[in-house]
Amino acid sequence: MASVAHDEHNHADMHHGDHHHEEGFVSKYIFSQDHKMIGKQFLMTAVFMGIVAMLLSVLFRIQLAWPGESSDFLSFFLGEQWAPNGVLKEDMYLGLVTIHGTIMVFFLLTGGLSGTFSNILIPLQLGARDMASGFLNMLSYWFFLISSLIMLYSLFISTGPAMAGWTIYPPLSALPQAMSGSGTGMTLWLLSMAIFIAGSLIGSLNYIVTVINLRTQGMTMTRMPLTIWTFFVTAILGVLSFPVLLSAALLLMMDRLVGTSFFLSDIIVGGEMLANHGGSPILFQHLFWFLGHPEVYIVLLPALGLSSEIIATNSRKPIFGYKAMIGSILAIGFLSFIVWGHHMFITGMNPFLGSVFVFTTLLIAIPSAVKVFNYLTTLWRGSLIFTPAMLYAIALVSTFITGGVTGIILADSALDIAIHDTYFVVAHFHIVMGMSAVFGMFAGVYHWFPKMYGRMMNMRLGYVHFWITLVGAYGVFFPMHFVGLAGAPRRYYDSSSFGDFNESSYNMIMDLNVIITIFAIIAALGQLVFLFNFFYSIFRGPKAPQNPWNSTTLEWTTPVEHMHGNWPGELPTVHRWPYDYSKPGSDVDFIPQTVPLADGEEEH
Amino acid sequence: MENKLIILIAVILGTIALSQLVRVYELSSKLRKNGEYEVSNRDNVLMARLMLIFMIFQFLGLIYLMIKYGWTGLGVAASNEGVETDWLLNLNFVIILAIFFLTNFLLFYFSFKYVRKPGVKAYYYPHNNKLELIWTIVPAVVMAVIIILGLKSWNKLTAMSGSDAIRIELFSKQFDWTARYAGADNVLGRHDYKLTTDNNELALITSNTIDTSIRVMLQGPSGIEAIQRILNNRDTVLNDSSMNALRTDLSRKERLLRLLFQMKGQHSKALDNSAWDDIIQKDTLYLCVNQPYEFNFRSKDVLHSAYFPHFRAQMNNVPGMTTRTKFTPILTTEQMRKKMNDPKFNFVLLCNKICGGAHYKMKMIVVVKDKKSYDLWMKQKSKETFKAKYFPAPVSKAPVTPATTSNAAMAPATNVNK
Repeated sequence: MASVAHDEHNHADMHHGDHHHEEGFVSKYIFSQDHKMIGKQFLMTAVFMGIVAMLLSVLFRIQLAWPGESSDFLSFFLGEQWAPNGVLKEDMYLGLVTIHGTIMVFFLLTGGLSGTFSNILIPLQLGARDMASGFLNMLSYWFFLISSLIMLYSLFISTGPAMAGWTIYPPLSALPQAMSGSGTGMTLWLLSMAIFIAGSLIGSLNYIVTVINLRTQGMTMTRMPLTIWTFFVTAILGVLSFPVLLSAALLLMMDRLVGTSFFLSDIIVGGEMLANHGGSPILFQHLFWFLGHPEVYIVLLPALGLSSEIIATNSRKPIFGYKAMIGSILAIGFLSFIVWGHHMFITGMNPFLGSVFVFTTLLIAIPSAVKVFNYLTTLWRGSLIFTPAMLYAIALVSTFITGGVTGIILADSALDIAIHDTYFVVAHFHIVMGMSAVFGMFAGVYHWFPKMYGRMMNMRLGYVHFWITLVGAYGVFFPMHFVGLAGAPRRYYDSSSFGDFNESSYNMIMDLNVIITIFAIIAALGQLVFLFNFFYSIFRGPKAPQNPWNSTTLEWTTPVEHMHGNWPGELPTVHRWPYDYSKPGSDVDFIPQTVPLADGEEEH
Repeated sequence: MENKLIILIAVILGTIALSQLVRVYELSSKLRKNGEYEVSNRDNVLMARLMLIFMIFQFLGLIYLMIKYGWTGLGVAASNEGVETDWLLNLNFVIILAIFFLTNFLLFYFSFKYVRKPGVKAYYYPHNNKLELIWTIVPAVVMAVIIILGLKSWNKLTAMSGSDAIRIELFSKQFDWTARYAGADNVLGRHDYKLTTDNNELALITSNTIDTSIRVMLQGPSGIEAIQRILNNRDTVLNDSSMNALRTDLSRKERLLRLLFQMKGQHSKALDNSAWDDIIQKDTLYLCVNQPYEFNFRSKDVLHSAYFPHFRAQMNNVPGMTTRTKFTPILTTEQMRKKMNDPKFNFVLLCNKICGGAHYKMKMIVVVKDKKSYDLWMKQKSKETFKAKYFPAPVSKAPVTPATTSNAAMAPATNVNK
């Protein structure tokens, strides 16, 4: 059985089979070129990074809720240097915020989400033996790991990590005189991101090539599951936008290290008159957000793809408007490149340019609305099965709506003036991109865990984890909108200065901050349930059947036990689209893609 | 330290307790021979109900927050522009709240209603072009309305301010604000960062300030001559790094000096007066009610953002360029205090772009006075012009010529930059 796969696939040292020699530990678990193992490596690394980033957020949430009060928790993690007597230092507060944002956006939700599921699902759902290039795939993981390690290391250096916010706007990030984190910490940040981008590019190119070239027989583009469509568009976005961030990082590196003036002009800092002249900090913002906005969709689209698949499967219904969904994904992908200026309405950018960005940004609401209504119609008259994955997928639709509608306000430049850079923005993007993507990721992990580890996760613990997380998420971010509407700027170490001029705003902000922090701590503790369930199930979960969710897509036709090459014998042939659930005229409520059309049956 | 230990122990014990619970559950489910992956009908219906309950709590929570805190904890808008912004914001909130309640209701209600029922098959419904067309067009129309109204406001907010607007510059640095009123001529004097000295913090351009800067650059305590003295001193031995640092510093200062001489050559004395009559004001910004203002923003070091929450105005301060915004206050501080029912209330200017460790402390109180008391204040203040306050006596005409230095590279005529 495995020998057939072996013959078809000339990686003699990499296959997995009963009558062949066992792979070495190193080639199987560490320098693996198998897409399934690489996907799991991405997941493990991302889970670890996610824990770190979440912990950082709890640390600064404690400061925000109880400013200036001594906390054992803070001194436990940060020590005397950064939390003398248990009170967080101002600089470190900004360091925590910066690294929290960076890790969450890039390492958890880009590397972790897209890296994990693109790797696992693209070959399996397309009917391919592996990625187009196993070696490049391995390389992309190792770049990701190295960049993660550098980013983590930067937390431990004496001058502290990067502190200029995850957007690292110069001149603050360019001038070590301006704050301590802009020294070595920022250099490490830029180095780490440069490596991360290289890894992400290699990975994305690999995904694109695989999707275009390695689809099995009968798998036309319009028979691909929506997951693959989103991974495909995500990879294209990454390839087109990440190099721009790399250029921004390199130019910033040069401003810092060789004395160029790309982003610096007419500056006096720390009593020192710099000779830099003619650069523009706004140029950096353009370069940053040219990545930064597509990045939002790089994070979000895979989550939407995963949830499309999960909602269809667990509603026992085809996803409504498959072609409209593809159209929306492509429209969102395209539009995401021409909206970056909505982050810059009040930076001094020409107001006319602002108007153009208002127009393009609000256009995105249309394909997004189409997606939401299609999800709703998919649920309508379905036969819903609430696995933890399904719950998370539905929660994703909820947060996508809740965060999406506040985006309408922020995209309107006239209104953005009043609330730009307040907690309203923080609440908006945490819900629409943070929560949605995290929910999508959890949905994906619960749904494809049997495929990844050959075992089942515990359902009830999944339920507990879900409800704590959902309640925690809304408990944190609903009140946060109101903090923002009270005019509280983000990245403030302490909002108690509001007490100097506006007692009522001050009381409101402080009350809400306590509520938010309590919910944040509850939600963070809830993740322990997940971690326990996850690691426990890897080793001791009950053995998974081949197709636990009665799903139609190809990955569930592979054997439970992983093997190199995915399918024993020939690759499957695809005869139909991936959403034949509860099709009239069929006895079972799902028809796998490999089943040929019956006589007189129409495709859909 | 004991606390830390207790926390650690609690975490560990909690994890163990949890794992034991799961073991028990695991064993019991093995006894029942339940497939782990099959959702029992009981669980399924429970989840469906919880979905509906969650929705109710979600809606109630939001409504509670809105009732308790309103959509803004800031009070009414205190500027003409802000009133319009608030109107538009309210309209947008109505629209998005309607969308929010409708779609979230459908989502959770469908989840509740269409939960799997034994014997009921899902309805095969892959697409419907008419429906899809409807929910493409309806959002498009709503967006069109939002875009048109938004851009109308935006164009008004960003239009040039009229000639009746008083010009005020807000100068930012880590971590405070300085205001500069344009003075009697309502023209802000020009500035160049190279002219920054102790008594010219805002780097205004006048013939005097140029000369002063050249003198400081040459003869100041860490000026070019001082550095050259250190470098040429045969009695001291410098290590490589401090030697390099000094040389870098020297070349930078020599370059700046050339530019200063260039500036001196191009400066017209006629412009002096627009700077001399400017009034520099620290700590508190005083404005007059119903008076249009145009604010010019400038930064000395890093990005800052001038955020006037109560006036719904905001603009970034960008080093190397001047940015602008405008608004007309319509409520005095006294009136606003009554409206807010808070005798200690004050308007404020906050920094809203991360600018360093003490970012959160960077603010300036704004006081809006009625016309009478503003005029009174201004009358007093207008005596403290830039010239009167910082350059009262005629500046000694120190001989600032290239002859004072031995370095030929500093000749004023060299137009290195051209």
